[in-house]
Amino acid sequence: MSVEVAGTGRAKADGPLKIAVPRGALLSGTLDALDAAGIDTSAARGESRALIFPGEGVSLVTMRPSDVPTYVEAGAADVGITGKDVLLEQSDRMVYELLDLGYGRCRMVLAGRKGDERLGESQRRLGMMRIATKYPRVAERHFEATGRQVEVIEVKGSVELAPLIGLADGIVDLVATGRTLDENELEVREEIVECTARFVANRVAHKLRSDEVDELTMKLREATAR
Amino acid sequence: MIHPIPPGTRDVLPDEMRELRRLHLALVEVFEGRGYGQVSTPAIEYDEVLARGDGRTAASAYRFFDERGDLLALRSDMTVPIARLAATRYADAEPPLRLCYLANAYRAVRPQRGQMREFAQAGIELIGAAAPGGTAEVIEVLTAALDAAGLDRAVIGLGDADLYRQLLAELGVEGEARDSILERLATHDLVGLEAELMEVEGMSEEQCATCVALSQLRGGREVLEEARGLGGAAVERATARIGETYEALEARGVADRVRIDLGLLRDLGYYSGAILEVYDPALGHVLGGGGRYDRLLERFGLDLPAAGFALYLERVHIAQHEEESRRAEQ
Repeated sequence: MSVEVAGTGRAKADGPLKIAVPRGALLSGTLDALDAAGIDTSAARGESRALIFPGEGVSLVTMRPSDVPTYVEAGAADVGITGKDVLLEQSDRMVYELLDLGYGRCRMVLAGRKGDERLGESQRRLGMMRIATKYPRVAERHFEATGRQVEVIEVKGSVELAPLIGLADGIVDLVATGRTLDENELEVREEIVECTARFVANRVAHKLRSDEVDELTMKLREATAR
Repeated sequence: MIHPIPPGTRDVLPDEMRELRRLHLALVEVFEGRGYGQVSTPAIEYDEVLARGDGRTAASAYRFFDERGDLLALRSDMTVPIARLAATRYADAEPPLRLCYLANAYRAVRPQRGQMREFAQAGIELIGAAAPGGTAEVIEVLTAALDAAGLDRAVIGLGDADLYRQLLAELGVEGEARDSILERLATHDLVGLEAELMEVEGMSEEQCATCVALSQLRGGREVLEEARGLGGAAVERATARIGETYEALEARGVADRVRIDLGLLRDLGYYSGAILEVYDPALGHVLGGGGRYDRLLERFGLDLPAAGFALYLERVHIAQHEEESRRAEQ
């Protein structure tokens, strides 16, 4: 798609389009979607420890999902893919959310110990629940919007541990199959929001590399609609 | 001893200051050379006066009381103070008024390079010159300023602030739904936009798709044709306005710097008609922006159309630096 239009001549793109690709749970779905959109991802599928995989017209840059908004906002990556959970937690990062890719579906939930009323009890008798989470801003917004007072405790590792040994009354976390919760004697109490993978773009790249960004958006839309 | 300064502020040392001063001088010379006289206004104003200019986004993050108990505020941009200045000092002057500034403004943003809470803006205000001629003059000065800064790859996005307000009115969307759709458009959250639109009662799938497709149209003149193809009186009016401005730009020979962008929506409440944003391929952040605010001056009792732009000085400086290292690499 190289339509020459007035005004784009000056905005000569600098090198290949840089795509921020999330490592971890979203990686295989992302590579499949990119493959289906006609981008060669074989290099990124191997055992290579490299972080950057240059290709024809596009370059794949792999990183933690939670770093994607940071790189894309700054324009270090032109576009990227990450979970809605990450975008909600970092809602102050200014990136354009262009497409719901549909895969990586999971739920952000409030969970507590099975058969244990500590959540309700703390709320009723102490006026405040203690909630452990990796998503402090999502959790704060949820409880504020539902009119409840909480102490949000940010943890970095396995959140499930917190209610089991008395750090918190419950947790706010992302659940895909529910197996981790189950194995730790926890259960879902409330569903907060459903999350899927999203395609995001840097503001300036969206304007100045519009042909490439639009084409990739369209192809990803077709690839993930199936 | 290390003595801290507040987050989002910074000291500027001689090497950087020297470069910034060169940039200051180059920009002000462009403005003055085109008849825009430089003005200065106080960094602190009465909160009530600033709020008069921008009620919706109600403004300053920094407010405090003076010794008389009056509520003061640090300005968040220069457009509102200059509207106040024009209405106060030039009430009887023969329009148009041409004014420029280089001044600090204050916003409670998340500090990062090129985005400080205290930041310098360089810009112009053209008061009393209507669209499309006034808009074209402002854009021409902007291109000259970008050239003077050495940013010959920079591009100006041109959109229309009234497009979606009028389109949504035409579709009968109002109140909260309208505000939240405009908010989605401003942040360019297309997934959320589609969801919001689907929730509006009586909105057909086709109308929904039109709104989303419109916000994606950007490019040269042909974009206006594509937009007209999507239909509606609001689209017709907006594309006519942009078309007139574009013709005026062609007449001035600066249309090749401009990309029409129907997805452009700035979050400042006072814009009407043309809106502008400035980008450079070397930088991931917007270099500046502006547009028309034909109804801002009347809030201060001076009923004149107006337009202007502001460049974020530090970002322009960063873009200069990035372009320089890019050229060195080649």
